[in-house]
Amino acid sequence: MARAPDTTALTLRINGEERRVAFPTHHTLLEVLREECGLTGTKHGCELGECGTCTVLVDGKPVLSCLALAAEMEGKSVETVEGMQQANELDPLQTTFADLGAAQCGYCTPAILLTARALLDRNPTPTERETRAALAGVLCRCTGYVKILQAVEGAAALRRGEEWRPPADVLYGEPPGTPAGPAIEGDRDG
Amino acid sequence: MLRLPPFEFRMPATLDEAARMVADGGPSTRLVAGGTDLWPNMNRRHQKAETVISLMRIPGLAGIGNGNGSGELRIGGTTTLDAIESHPLVRERYPALARAVESISSPPLRNMGTLGGNVCVDTRCTYYNQTEEWRRSIDYCLKEEGTICWVAPNSPKCWAHSASDSAPILAALDARVRLVSTAGERLIPIESLYRNDGIDYLTKRPDEILTDVLLPDASDAASCRAAFWKLRRRGSIDFGVLSVAAAVWTDGGGKVAKARIWLGSVGSQPLFAGKASELLVGGRLDAEALLESGRLARKVATPMDNTDFLTQWRGVMVERYVEAALREIAGLPQERLAPNHP
Amino acid sequence: MAEPVRSPGDAPAERPERDTRIVGKPFRRVDGRAKVTGVTRFADDLSFPRMCHMRLVRSTVPHARIVSIDTSEAARVPGVLGFLTGASMPNTFGILPVSEDEHALCPDKVRMVGDPVAAVAAVTEDAAYEAALKVRVDYEPLATIASVEEALATPEPRIHGYSKAGGNVHKRASLEFGDVEGAFTEADLVLEDLCYYEGNTHLAMEQHAAVAIPEDVDRVTVYSSTQTPHYVHRALSKVLDLPASRIRVIACPNGGGFGGKSDPFNHEIVAAKMALQLGRPVKIVLSREEVFYCHRGRHPVQMWIKTGFKKDGTITGQHFKSALDGGAYGSYGVASTYYTGALQTVTYKLPHYKFEGVRTYTNKPPCGPKRGHGTPQPRFAWEVHLDKAAHRLGIDPAELRLRNLEDPETVTANWLTVGSIGLGRCIEAVVEGSGWRERYGRLGEGRGLGLACGAYLCGAGLPIYWNHMPQSGVQLQLDRSGRVAVFCGETEIGQGSDSVLAAIVAEILGVELHDIRLCVGDTDLTPVDLGSYSSRVTLMMGNAAVEAAERARDLLASAVSAQLEVPADRLVFAERRVFDAEDPGRGLDFADACVAAEARFGTLGTVGSYTPPRSPGRYNGAGVGPSPTYSYSACVLEVEVDPATGLYRPIHVWIAHDIGRSINPVLVLGQIEGSVYMGLGEAMMEEQVFRRLPKRLSGALVHKAPSMLEYKSPTFLEMPPVTSYIIEDPDARGPFGAKEVGQGPLLPVPPALANAVFDAVGVRIDQVPVQPHMILKALEAKRQGAEPRYGPASFPAVDFGETIRVPTPAQGGDGHATKEFERRLHRSKRATSGTMAEREEALEGKKDLTTK
Repeated sequence: MARAPDTTALTLRINGEERRVAFPTHHTLLEVLREECGLTGTKHGCELGECGTCTVLVDGKPVLSCLALAAEMEGKSVETVEGMQQANELDPLQTTFADLGAAQCGYCTPAILLTARALLDRNPTPTERETRAALAGVLCRCTGYVKILQAVEGAAALRRGEEWRPPADVLYGEPPGTPAGPAIEGDRDG
Repeated sequence: MLRLPPFEFRMPATLDEAARMVADGGPSTRLVAGGTDLWPNMNRRHQKAETVISLMRIPGLAGIGNGNGSGELRIGGTTTLDAIESHPLVRERYPALARAVESISSPPLRNMGTLGGNVCVDTRCTYYNQTEEWRRSIDYCLKEEGTICWVAPNSPKCWAHSASDSAPILAALDARVRLVSTAGERLIPIESLYRNDGIDYLTKRPDEILTDVLLPDASDAASCRAAFWKLRRRGSIDFGVLSVAAAVWTDGGGKVAKARIWLGSVGSQPLFAGKASELLVGGRLDAEALLESGRLARKVATPMDNTDFLTQWRGVMVERYVEAALREIAGLPQERLAPNHP
Repeated sequence: MAEPVRSPGDAPAERPERDTRIVGKPFRRVDGRAKVTGVTRFADDLSFPRMCHMRLVRSTVPHARIVSIDTSEAARVPGVLGFLTGASMPNTFGILPVSEDEHALCPDKVRMVGDPVAAVAAVTEDAAYEAALKVRVDYEPLATIASVEEALATPEPRIHGYSKAGGNVHKRASLEFGDVEGAFTEADLVLEDLCYYEGNTHLAMEQHAAVAIPEDVDRVTVYSSTQTPHYVHRALSKVLDLPASRIRVIACPNGGGFGGKSDPFNHEIVAAKMALQLGRPVKIVLSREEVFYCHRGRHPVQMWIKTGFKKDGTITGQHFKSALDGGAYGSYGVASTYYTGALQTVTYKLPHYKFEGVRTYTNKPPCGPKRGHGTPQPRFAWEVHLDKAAHRLGIDPAELRLRNLEDPETVTANWLTVGSIGLGRCIEAVVEGSGWRERYGRLGEGRGLGLACGAYLCGAGLPIYWNHMPQSGVQLQLDRSGRVAVFCGETEIGQGSDSVLAAIVAEILGVELHDIRLCVGDTDLTPVDLGSYSSRVTLMMGNAAVEAAERARDLLASAVSAQLEVPADRLVFAERRVFDAEDPGRGLDFADACVAAEARFGTLGTVGSYTPPRSPGRYNGAGVGPSPTYSYSACVLEVEVDPATGLYRPIHVWIAHDIGRSINPVLVLGQIEGSVYMGLGEAMMEEQVFRRLPKRLSGALVHKAPSMLEYKSPTFLEMPPVTSYIIEDPDARGPFGAKEVGQGPLLPVPPALANAVFDAVGVRIDQVPVQPHMILKALEAKRQGAEPRYGPASFPAVDFGETIRVPTPAQGGDGHATKEFERRLHRSKRATSGTMAEREEALEGKKDLTTK
């Protein structure tokens, strides 16, 4: 190694809990969360800021934990997927993601859940287009994003205190023999 | 997984302190703001540093507001991209800048990346933005450790392309940047910040810190209309393979008084499409002029086989995108499709 | 834990009437809560005391002899614990017995950039990486091969020396079923097309990872992100020279697989070896770039297709050729080659059929099985070709397909036994949903609809290596607490196999999903299941689970019957009770039923297993293609195309999939939607491509951009809305009538896009990905009066070897080839059901199947 790594010791505020952590100064928030703090719910897919899998919330905003040094986190509030549930109660996003299979392999799920949470915190009634735009920094290879969008929509309703149950087509697909309809217009970017 | 090599990390609390640190630091010292360019480059080991100085703890270096009482808008160098795209002053006065900024990479990256970082972003090339092991397998390239530019092996110059989406629109809008060092400060037009060289692409000295971007008074917004169009494969995450920034000032009679068309990602620096701009001056933005302007702009562009999409097709797209940007300014209907247009 | 999907205080949405309580209804997947809370432990999330980290030193040259490896400088990096090189593991491995051509570390020769030559372990991953960069390897370069054409033209140097086809040809096949030339003679229209399908890769979000833990001097446990723990187990035993009984492989939940984690990999084996050498746990996590080098993704395939049609659209016969660029190793390549020719026959009646295929080695990462394994490429060619035929014949493309639909419960010309076929209903669903009849051909310039279909296996009929044992086993263990422990070697890769397993057992025993405890993918504890590949799990594991659960139910029923004096066949298992159907109040709680049974029979356990039925094909090559039954899909895709730029975007996708019967419809939809996504990615932008540098300056042959940034996986913004239809046509061969859904729905998507582009702007793009410059180029050609098409101009000149002729069922064939030596070979019992590998060896005279 070119140089012996410096060590940083500081107090991190993670999921509302403060803890004193010491780590090599060049280590990223991703590494420190997973390795020093044992919070392995935060995943990684490239370590270059190209996939979004490592997204966590810092001061309420989604950031890429692979491109942030833990040393920069003093005085900031970090939120990971482990902090989403209240006691044993799931966040509405977690509920709808689990119910609809919006988490398949589950690997991008923490990043998407946190990003969606940040979105709903600032915009409780996002349009599908707004949701797509907000989540577009995280790649998912399993779901085609369809169930994710449906789950965010449901969670947004639940968070607003509305009654929501998954529409039948979300659970069973469209019944064959549905009358012909043209393509849905203008429901995505464009 | 990829990890950063060790380095000394310093977080100065004042600009003076930062300037001193970087002046004393020597060649193995680098500045970092959002980290979205430097950390990946260091992860892949094509940028190296013994000491990294963060600008993010310097109060006042981030922020958006009116500069010196005039209508000038000042955007601090460490202002994050998400703060710019959502800022009411920017959206109101410089909507094309907001568009350019919101087209950069992805939402979480824009929550970290800064305007100074985007203006100074390293040039890119598919022979360069690769891991240490990959670059060994091509015996490196001219930009870093090697002797040949693999994009154009007979060329004495490195053809890595400019990757800043904010630079072309800032240039089109006549923005200036402030550079500060222990030797003092200088305020230069953003276009003179760049060189058409993939390696030595900035005129900024390593000891200078980009503190502000200044946009000229837009109180005469009625006379200036600007547009930003960007081509890339996907609507998020991707770098642009072409960006077109156009600003057109019209006189009271609706004739073009001034026009500035800038191209991004098709050269080692943002490129001014001079003839394409001049052609418009004195006339009206009719369909024919716009087509011709696109044709002239294409001649300036030098797309190379070092990014996404087929090179020749990207050349065609310069024409189409310049025309599309001008149509937007002229208020003409868009006949064409640009799936990822923000 | 798992529960029916409902929002608070609400009943689950109701749809079909079911005679079941769990199966067929939407329920929360059993691993759902763990996945949304970050609790699921993937391989890289594991950590053990004294665990150290390993990094592989990979070749930076594409083809070379290794002259020397110098670790002296690397050894000086603080924290380095040890090294391994190829000499320590001379035994080869490989997923197919016929191509065990991989070394854990290359001992003498590297065949691609990324081939591992050494391993370094260190206290930290930082140190392991620094040290790996300092390992110095000297190479003596060899000539490189980058394409099928180069491989055919360059017999020497051979990338591998073992293939019987010689030179750099890995595999070739030529099979004729019936009389194809005769079929063309009787046709009114004979069409020929050339197509190309670019290579692409799985890009699972999770990078491969493994942790190996030594126990004693000669026992080791390997946790890995693998889809096939059983095959990893076998490879470890072979390369480490250890009895399999001393090796334990545990498949962690995979962060996506898609076929990319189906081979045993170098890093898994080297980690085990290193752990045994150092006497401490060793972890390795691959970088994204290394994952691109592991690859095993979609083969780039050049194709030639020729089909005869009668005026009314009836297909008379087809001749299909494929040329696969295989990469540096065998992997599943022999199977992939046959798969490019196997499933053309199961969708439409094809009375005469000839297939010829070749796979060559190249100095690039090995291709293998990606979602749809070997079949999306020919499906693309076939469905685009059909679209062209429809236009030539003046028949609506949907109608042309409906007229030629294969019959259910028949044997095809190439001796595949097809079961239920819901394809007609699939076509009708998407035709109706998309407004096809009113809108196709009428959307105006720049907008179009395209239709295509597909079919896929529900598990490969034959295991990968020769054996007579079940392909899947399930073991149940019940006790007085009423909990049901289910043991199975299956592997959860996100597709929902854990949920299928739990649902089937819970359904049959009348308990809740909460009462089931799963133990899966552990070679020490669970019965063998061959793994999550070939869409086999729901059908094969499901049938094994049905058998085990029914045996447990019988056991409990007999005890309860004795205790309550109710005939066993009158007992119902439901609502966590066992009760008399004629007097529901008379019964026992499930736990009490377990008590009764445990008292009567002792410790309670049952097993179930599944072995697929024998396929009637008896010719050499018949091992690839058979499946217990097949799933079917149809898709209509609407696209918007800008004729001035060639830029396009899909507007909407309608897709229908014949699932047989859903175990959990909401998870079925997830697989359909994910397949559409992956198909669209391949159709629009994904490609695994390579570049050379100018040969006068460099011998480099590198992956163009092995990164998440440059490998273009569609984001939220590119994915169009999807309307999905689940078509249920239960197949008795599947558990509760279920068939597969993980792979099939990908198949129709790429050709549907190409066909839609034609409807939009009148040009044919005969290759994927469909890139904007191709559309622009084809439009230019159209304007100039040339063929309005972009695609390959030729097919390589290949010697496919002697054609094996097989009479079809309609010709009175018996599944055997007509050649006498094949008849002799297949006379023995073993040979009639032998794996392809065994057959090949036998054909070469290496193995005598008749005397064993």
